[in-house]
Amino acid sequence: MSSLLAVAENTLREAVRKRVLLAALVFGTAFLALFALGISSVERDMLKHAPMSLMQRRLFLNFVVMAGLYAVNFLTVMTAAFMPVDTLSGEIASGVMQTVAAKPVRRSTIVLGKWLAYWLVVAGYLALLAGGALAIMRGLTGFTPPHIELGLPLMLLEATVILSLSIAGGTRLSTIANGVAVFGLYGLAFLGSWFEQIGTLMNNGSAATLGTITSLLMPSEALWQRAAWFMQPPIMRDLHLTPFSPASLPSEAMVWWALGYVLVTLAFALVGFRKRAL
Amino acid sequence: MTDTVLTTRGLHKRFDAKLAVADLSLSLRQGEVFGFLGPNGAGKTTSLKMLLGLVTPSGGSATVLGAPLGDLHARARMGFLPEHFRFHDWLTGRELLRYHGRLYGMKGPHLEARIETLLARVDLLDAGERAVRGYSKGMLQRVGLAQAILNHPAIVFLDEPTSGLDPLGRRLVRDVIKELREQGTTVFLNSHLLGEVEATCDRVAFVKEGRIVRELVLAASAMGGVEVEIRLTGPGGGPVPALVRDELARRGEDLVWSEPGVARLRVAVDDAVPALARWLVGTGVELHGLTARRPSLEDVFLEVMGDDQRPG
Repeated sequence: MSSLLAVAENTLREAVRKRVLLAALVFGTAFLALFALGISSVERDMLKHAPMSLMQRRLFLNFVVMAGLYAVNFLTVMTAAFMPVDTLSGEIASGVMQTVAAKPVRRSTIVLGKWLAYWLVVAGYLALLAGGALAIMRGLTGFTPPHIELGLPLMLLEATVILSLSIAGGTRLSTIANGVAVFGLYGLAFLGSWFEQIGTLMNNGSAATLGTITSLLMPSEALWQRAAWFMQPPIMRDLHLTPFSPASLPSEAMVWWALGYVLVTLAFALVGFRKRAL
Repeated sequence: MTDTVLTTRGLHKRFDAKLAVADLSLSLRQGEVFGFLGPNGAGKTTSLKMLLGLVTPSGGSATVLGAPLGDLHARARMGFLPEHFRFHDWLTGRELLRYHGRLYGMKGPHLEARIETLLARVDLLDAGERAVRGYSKGMLQRVGLAQAILNHPAIVFLDEPTSGLDPLGRRLVRDVIKELREQGTTVFLNSHLLGEVEATCDRVAFVKEGRIVRELVLAASAMGGVEVEIRLTGPGGGPVPALVRDELARRGEDLVWSEPGVARLRVAVDDAVPALARWLVGTGVELHGLTARRPSLEDVFLEVMGDDQRPG
């Protein structure tokens, strides 16, 4: 346990020393500042010109906050994929791993320690950005979208899926190949999810099935769709008023699938790294 | 009885088509400094990585400190300095040692005191708060050496610890090895710098194409004796008396008179040299010079490796 914490702590220190955290913080703050600026100008406009019903106003603000959260989701996924992409492959290639792995620590401890550290960073990043966006929205307009307690954990799960893949890839692939593979999968899921939505809307069964299969291969986008579904009022998602209103709601089973996906990916990482010649 | 700290039998490693280590069979006793010699690409580093649990052998058996390869309890008593020592270079020297100490399971004041002792020992006390990124090659190697002996290991594996170091750095490494031996630590030294090995090792094994081709105790007797060259004339500058010539032939082997006053012969042990000088002076001959020379490890290396070796 103490070596797991030592590895995790060292990984966090690396994120600080290499200014990864600083960059995330600076651009995260810039993002929030922009978001606040945008909302206050929209809000001013709404009050001045178009008199809206309470319902219209709520729907509109919900759309704006979903756009913000969509950007937050994308940034978090990027961070989860990029940050740990070379943590194993880079240290293996440079030889840094040799002195660490020759110590009385299990290889699994090294993998899990790194995973834990990056998970904390990604979770903190998501909390900062999503929490910041929601707080800004509430502070400036008094509006909070529904069921954020269900939506935000799903966004975190999505980031966890990507993070675990990025770490697992690093046990076998070079840094570049790993990055390409993780983003390739993410892109696949993104496209597949759109096929699923379009297929459902058009009653095209094969397109919808194709989408479901890609979501099983990579559940990231399905998790976002489910999170987005929760964080909108029923009328918005039923009428498919915005691009954030999924036509086909990924089921709860997809959440369990994603959790299992994380566990299996981590198991692959542990096995892959245990046998790896260093 | 001496304790065996490391035994391997038929250990081998194949990477796809390439047989990196063909047959590693050796045994190390506690407290000896063992040199593992061979040209580049002979399988030295792979052998060492197998012993450290970094590479899984394709076959054969081995124990280190009484445990199978990779055993965590055994690894807690091992130290390792890899070739081309690389580290998380954004850490300071002190942080680096603290991290590695924690991986050894060390902590608290005990670890801190050990770090200070070692920083002083490798002459890095004033650089302890600087990032390793800014260290010179010699400093990196020294902090790496400190990292390898943090845990008071029973056996230390050093892979080319002096390559690329200046003479001062090499001497420091040599002194540390000497201290380790005095403390009863076994040292497994991978090297192709024969002078270094000659100066530090008790015993060496020559590895060629992944196989140990010869083991040698680094003492005169095992290296084929001591070569002695004597310059002398008879009493009053005359020829050397036959009696002396006959006795010289008895006292050494392969006596050759390269010139009338220059004799070359081989004696078995170092101790025979002063006795030889005393006897010569006693016979009344005029002794102009006497030099003793061991065949260097390089001579033996070239002989063992043969002519078919190309520079690695």
